[in-house]
Amino acid sequence: MTSTIPAAATREAYPFGLIQLVEEGVDVVAIDADLSVSTMGYQFGEKYPDRWHTVGVAEQNMVGIAAGLAASGKVAFIASFAAFLPGRCYDQLRTSVAQPRGGMNVKCVASHGGVTVGEDGMSAQAIEDLALATSLIPFDVIVPADFEETKQAVVAVGKTTRPAYVRTGRPKIAGLYDSSYRFEIGKSSQLQAGTDVTLIACGVMVDVSLKAAALLANEGVSARVVNMATIKPIDRAAVLAAARETGAIVTAEEHQTHGGLGTAVARVLAEELPTPIAFVGVDRYGTSGKWDELLGYFHLTPERVAQAAREAIARKR
Amino acid sequence: MSAVVETKVSVAELEAIARRVRASIVKMVAAAQSGHPGGSLSAVELGVSLYWNHLRCDPAQPDWPDRDRFLLSKGHATPFYYSLLAERGYFSHDMLPTFRSLGSPLQGHASMGAAPGIEMSGGSLGQGLSFAIGTAFAAKMDGRNSRSWVLIGDGELNEGQVWEAAMAVPHFGLGDRIFVMVDRNGIQNDGFADDIMKTHPRQMWEGFGWKVLEIDGHDMAAVDQALEEMQRPDERPRCVVANTVKGRGVSFMENNPGFHGKAPTPAQLEQALAEIEAGL
Repeated sequence: MTSTIPAAATREAYPFGLIQLVEEGVDVVAIDADLSVSTMGYQFGEKYPDRWHTVGVAEQNMVGIAAGLAASGKVAFIASFAAFLPGRCYDQLRTSVAQPRGGMNVKCVASHGGVTVGEDGMSAQAIEDLALATSLIPFDVIVPADFEETKQAVVAVGKTTRPAYVRTGRPKIAGLYDSSYRFEIGKSSQLQAGTDVTLIACGVMVDVSLKAAALLANEGVSARVVNMATIKPIDRAAVLAAARETGAIVTAEEHQTHGGLGTAVARVLAEELPTPIAFVGVDRYGTSGKWDELLGYFHLTPERVAQAAREAIARKR
Repeated sequence: MSAVVETKVSVAELEAIARRVRASIVKMVAAAQSGHPGGSLSAVELGVSLYWNHLRCDPAQPDWPDRDRFLLSKGHATPFYYSLLAERGYFSHDMLPTFRSLGSPLQGHASMGAAPGIEMSGGSLGQGLSFAIGTAFAAKMDGRNSRSWVLIGDGELNEGQVWEAAMAVPHFGLGDRIFVMVDRNGIQNDGFADDIMKTHPRQMWEGFGWKVLEIDGHDMAAVDQALEEMQRPDERPRCVVANTVKGRGVSFMENNPGFHGKAPTPAQLEQALAEIEAGL
């Protein structure tokens, strides 16, 4: 079903989403902080120069400017690397965006999320951004899994009045969805049916989990694969259905296991339906390397996800 | 438009308003038994001149789209801010005694939109000028003439974000839409600014491409004139550096770091009100 969709980086979808919003009449202003050729924000700037600013290497100022734009009725988008947005400007996001009026209309689109940023090494590898973003009370937090989903997620957050954090990635990854797909904030998407275990993943780990499910199928294990693109608000119904119907859960994310997808899923289970769960993520700082080498280095692999599935299944009663 | 200031208030009248605002400040802090009187009292002349003679505003329409915004970047000076807003008619003076109490819209640091006229949230320093840039971008796009007036403390100049924004204002040519006032009272939380972190406001702002108007921040005529002058178009953005006295108007608070964030006792309140009335 996915073979005809070309590989693309999720960050490449960002300007397409912005352009669609403007074409649909949304009063967007987008800002970059000297990384626009990487976030791809510059492509929006070329098309709509009056709606785009680049403010130099000044993420804190960028957030404050966005808050002022939002206070004036604009839909403000800000972009940088996920290592710096929210990391370099967390306090500004909290005080100037999250708290005023129950949340200002500011959308963060942070590229180069996770370890697949690659050769730049540990300082550039954002493995804390989801923990920070989910801690900002009114924020929606989304980690799309391919180009099409990213474009639709950018459009979707642009049509709410809430603040949002959307994480994109640097490398070209497999396409999962064509234009018939309909992304909704807070709704997961099941990519494969299964009955023994559910692999709940986001971002680049969705494709890794599909490959893990194939490995498990060879062993006669039937794994459901769910793309949980929205970390917050989490799709509780899908998590509970997975727990009820498969009895074991694995979460897989390109983020530390504290404060991201795994934490959000575990909370739902703990509150409503305690279920064996295993977490796949990154719990140490990294090193340089090619992005696909780094997935191996951090054990963000089909083999590790499959192993986690076996561990979770073994803990079923 | 009626909301634009047309008739100027005299200096004598401004001074009378300033005395009322000062009295309100110390009463609020005394009632709450917490808050920041020192940096509130130092900014009174700036605030009164601004709200009565320069800010394009209409308290009856606090969300008027073409209004100017006053952005309190030194967000702890809420006794000053709330007293000004009440005195100018944004809300009733009856609300002031709720300052800092459970459920009050008048939180210790301002919460945007919680009461009419509160334009931004404060409390984490250094963020007002950036916010002003966003409002200026939006006003420019929408063809509005509204401006933003940002009040920054001298201790606040320690924050790096102030300088990120200070370099951006001239870069984007927003000097006719954003006016900065520095309340240079010489004292920050832990002590005298010269001891904690010495700043050189004139050289710093000039170095970032601004025109600096340095004044005695308690000379109402000088303040009023400077705020008028800074609105005249110029190639450079304008910053008023107002040399002020922390705790101005109350002898035991003046230049006393102890009253950065401390409330007076009932006896001290009585003395403070008498001194303010006498126009120390």
